[in-house]
Amino acid sequence: MSFSTALESLYPPARLLREPAQLAPYESDALTAFRSRPRAVVLPESSDEVIETVRLCHLHDVPFVARGSGTSLSGGSLPIADGIVIALNRLNRILRLDPDARIAVVEPGVVNLHVTHAAAPYGLYYAPDPSSQPICTIGGNVAFNSGGAHCLKYGMTANHVLGIKAVLPNGAVIELGGESLEPVGPDLTGFFVGSEGLFGIALEITLRLLPRPEQVRTVLASYHSLAAAGDAVAAVVASGLLPAALEIMDKLAIEAAEMSVNAGYPRGAAAVLIVELEGEAGSVDAEFARLQQVMEQTGADEVRLAEDDAARARIWKGRKGAFSAVGRLSPDYIVQDGVVPRSRLGETLARIDELSATYDIRVANVFHAGDGNLHPLILYDGRKPGELERAEELAGEILTLCIDAGGSITGEHGVGMEKRAYMPRMFTPVDLDVMRELRWAVDPDELANRGKMLPGDSPEGSSASRHPHPLERQGIISRV
Amino acid sequence: MSAIRNIISATTIEEVQAAVSMIGPPLLARGGGTKPALSQADGVGTLDLSGLRGISEYDPGEYTFTAYAGTPLAVVRHALAEHGQYLPFDPPLADAGATLGGTIAAGVSGAGRMRYGGVRDFLIGVRFVDGQGRLVRGGGKVVKNAAGFDLPKLMTGSLGRLGVLVEVSFKVFPAPAAYATVAATLPTMAEAARMVQQLAAAPVDWEALDIAPAPKGATLWARLGGLKQALPPRVARVQELLEDSRLLTPAEDEALWRRINALDFGNAADMLVKAALTARDIPALDAALAAAGAVRHYSAAGNLAWIAWPGSAHDLDRLLAGQRLPGLTLRGAAAFPLVGRRPAAAFLQPVKQTLDPAGRFPAFEQDAD
Repeated sequence: MSFSTALESLYPPARLLREPAQLAPYESDALTAFRSRPRAVVLPESSDEVIETVRLCHLHDVPFVARGSGTSLSGGSLPIADGIVIALNRLNRILRLDPDARIAVVEPGVVNLHVTHAAAPYGLYYAPDPSSQPICTIGGNVAFNSGGAHCLKYGMTANHVLGIKAVLPNGAVIELGGESLEPVGPDLTGFFVGSEGLFGIALEITLRLLPRPEQVRTVLASYHSLAAAGDAVAAVVASGLLPAALEIMDKLAIEAAEMSVNAGYPRGAAAVLIVELEGEAGSVDAEFARLQQVMEQTGADEVRLAEDDAARARIWKGRKGAFSAVGRLSPDYIVQDGVVPRSRLGETLARIDELSATYDIRVANVFHAGDGNLHPLILYDGRKPGELERAEELAGEILTLCIDAGGSITGEHGVGMEKRAYMPRMFTPVDLDVMRELRWAVDPDELANRGKMLPGDSPEGSSASRHPHPLERQGIISRV
Repeated sequence: MSAIRNIISATTIEEVQAAVSMIGPPLLARGGGTKPALSQADGVGTLDLSGLRGISEYDPGEYTFTAYAGTPLAVVRHALAEHGQYLPFDPPLADAGATLGGTIAAGVSGAGRMRYGGVRDFLIGVRFVDGQGRLVRGGGKVVKNAAGFDLPKLMTGSLGRLGVLVEVSFKVFPAPAAYATVAATLPTMAEAARMVQQLAAAPVDWEALDIAPAPKGATLWARLGGLKQALPPRVARVQELLEDSRLLTPAEDEALWRRINALDFGNAADMLVKAALTARDIPALDAALAAAGAVRHYSAAGNLAWIAWPGSAHDLDRLLAGQRLPGLTLRGAAAFPLVGRRPAAAFLQPVKQTLDPAGRFPAFEQDAD
């Protein structure tokens, strides 16, 4: 039976997409500069269908890309031309929510924010909050170890995943971790998280839920310079407080957010700093008094406390809507995700400013200052010849700055297809060999999300993974 | 590098690479030797890393530090405390001489993991020597990083069987300025387990929530940390939640958590085993362990059990497996340290095969490789 026939027997026509018009929405994700048309898209409705599909791909040597809502900013769900897309949006059930054990077991297509909605009646919530949380899915969050605005205190997705049931690229189904907060033996659950789909597809994910903080205090401070806002972050950190979030937006990002969602940010400010404290009421009150003392010394033009939930929501609406708001300023943009040590933020931002002038390309800055995680938004017009190339070159220079400062090329968006060329600048050839060998040990034919994360991988669209690799030559692995 | 009988001491990364590249019996790294079941086994050579020590980078403003794997926890604790910071997961056996590398390789966290998470959640970067003698880096030195496979997670709990950790980077947090512990007595362990579950769901920032059997019923210890001026009303609120409770003195608080950190449970001859579970598993497990005469202590709202087991490894393995709970032997005779429910071999074996194809480190399981 051919691969096509096998898919036809597995899926009714409405869930097996092959017409160009049907495939078009799947050609790209949030990294819109790249697109590729898959040979088919399947819409499984059960774990068993996903497992069967992966087994068929393995049998017929067809590469596959798993996809949730397609919000990856690194091209993580970009299809492969001769492969298929396994779209997981219909696997959107919360299988179990156990308020006593404070866990939720969910399918990969469950939207991030829906977990929190389901947990809310029990006074619980799911902490990781990427800006795309109203649409992005848990499966994608797991694959790319997504972050959010509250990582400083709560960590990334990996810190909130307790267990995973997954199908490996060879069709084997495994269960990692469990319901306990505590792992035993190698932390394979944590190792699977952030593997960018290279280890297969998560089918059921056990998430840790936290009690909703009793009290939240959100402060918005405005500064006459980006450097002053950066110094304020250093002062807050040095004070011994542990804010849940420390976010900065620069002038261009503020203007965009104001135009788009009217968040009420001070007009004309060169930078705004958002500081959020949360926890037990008694603690937060005492910490807030301390924070006020610290902020008074930072030379802020204005310090504003969100008086109620509505005011707090408005501040965050501006921040979380910043990417799409900046999109209004420019036909196209690239979002970067580099990380620098916190103490290098100031000089890095100054250097980005210089580069922006040199390249004559506008850069808006929105970033998780507490984590040193930058999100320069590089604005360009793809219709103007050469502008995309210049924007990409500028993006590359920014990544180089981050690596040179001792940081990382990605804090939370993942490497995807976008940044894999920069992996050799961050890791040694040996480091990359080991990562490649680990991938080959699990997926010798590079069927799962081929062309992502690892540099020098077979380019998407080709099936050039047929050369024997070192493990094969050593006789450690063999092809079926 | 010096070799005395079956012990090789390495004080540099190059010496670790050379030791791993030699022909000889499989090696297990040893730091402080506080978890002997993980650093000793029959027919296995010891790679002593206690000399590969020292903090190489620490900038308090970054909330991160990097140190060699053989650095004792006590040295790190002291260096961090000078800047009001700490490793919030309260790594066990600090006073006994446990090291960073051993803590990671064992994958152990203490009672303080309740607040912000365990060793897996604070380890941000590793350098290790794999079974082929290659120096491999994973993760980084910044608090947030999603580039490449998460090798720091893989090495957490790797039990010395995937590679030898040589240098590690951690995220740290500002330490609470003051602590307070409330102790309560409950009629049974089942009720204590239910109570920690309830308390953990309350919007209270618990530093620790531990329970253990007492001569009559069970004792529950709830620890808070934070700004000193905020503690009295927070303690009063906890005491409202817990009938029949008492606020410990600061000296009692310190001594109690030091004792729990020392894992000083049972007799020296007992096996000391960690098990992962949830509060719901406690009534059945605790009854079975009590019947066998084991000493028990449960941390992190019933997610982490410490068991001092007087019987054979085989019997404990069966007991835990019967309840589908995974366990790890830290002390006592054990040919293979994992007991109870085992990790997914379909994923772990290819990983082991890749990093240690020639078996320079022992297997996870009998007949596994």
